[in-house]
Amino acid sequence: MRTAVISFPASNCDRDAYTALHQVTGQEPVMIWHRETEIPANVDFVVVPGGFSYGDYLRSGAIAARSPIVRDLIQKAGKGLTVAGFCNGFQVLTEAGLLPGALMRNDKLKFVCKPQSLSIVNGKSRFTSAYNGQKNVVYPVAHHDGNYFADKKTLDKLEKNGQVIFKYDENINGSARNIAGITNDAGNVLGMMPHPERAVDPLHGGTDGIKLFQSVLDAAL
Amino acid sequence: MKAIVHVGLKPGVLDPQGRTIATSLVDLGFDEVTAARQGKVIELDLTGDDKAAAQERVTAMCEKLLANTVIESYRIDIED
Repeated sequence: MRTAVISFPASNCDRDAYTALHQVTGQEPVMIWHRETEIPANVDFVVVPGGFSYGDYLRSGAIAARSPIVRDLIQKAGKGLTVAGFCNGFQVLTEAGLLPGALMRNDKLKFVCKPQSLSIVNGKSRFTSAYNGQKNVVYPVAHHDGNYFADKKTLDKLEKNGQVIFKYDENINGSARNIAGITNDAGNVLGMMPHPERAVDPLHGGTDGIKLFQSVLDAAL
Repeated sequence: MKAIVHVGLKPGVLDPQGRTIATSLVDLGFDEVTAARQGKVIELDLTGDDKAAAQERVTAMCEKLLANTVIESYRIDIED
């Protein structure tokens, strides 16, 4: 499986994503700078990394979502390319219209940064199949704008369609229905605030993230 | 010509920053404050002098970038 990571100015988890993808796939991911206009055709999986792209100017993820490379990402995701956005990457994907809803300021106005227990709500998605029925995972969270918002109709549809993939086991940021991660309708685009790419080595404090990448790899084979 | 764009959270969308501002004002003795909503103002310098055309262009800017219409609404004032 060929993978890629998009780097924006002030992305800071692009290296973590690179390391996680390298470790799981055994191949070096392509690093794509935001000014590039095309994702190489042989890439099967793109990670939009965490960080503070463009200094969170205007709204978190807003400027990155309008960058040239994201235009191509939107087009290729529409044709079925597998995409995952973690943290700021989730914000970018909602701003780009690839995922419904929006990420707002945490309800307590505090930056939350800690290991967080999550429930796997849909263990059959292409991002969670390798968990084999495992119910909970712990991934780090580190965000200020992680308060997931969507109108009731959208939330109902997400839940009904199995698009809610992860929920927080406690509400840490005000997110509607404790939602931590969702996919699009087609199931090929995932966005989540927690960081599976920062839970792939015992030195990280846990390795629960490995199976998320393993799931994508399994689906590609 | 200038366009002043006011962007704020839609009614019904919880505004934790606004809520905190209101609480803080009440703590300072401004008990008449019952709620606050925080938004932002974006001032644009524009070429041309056709106000109607500017209104239309700035509306497109709001829809494409300046506001996230999932959670935000906007108001545009065009000035000389």
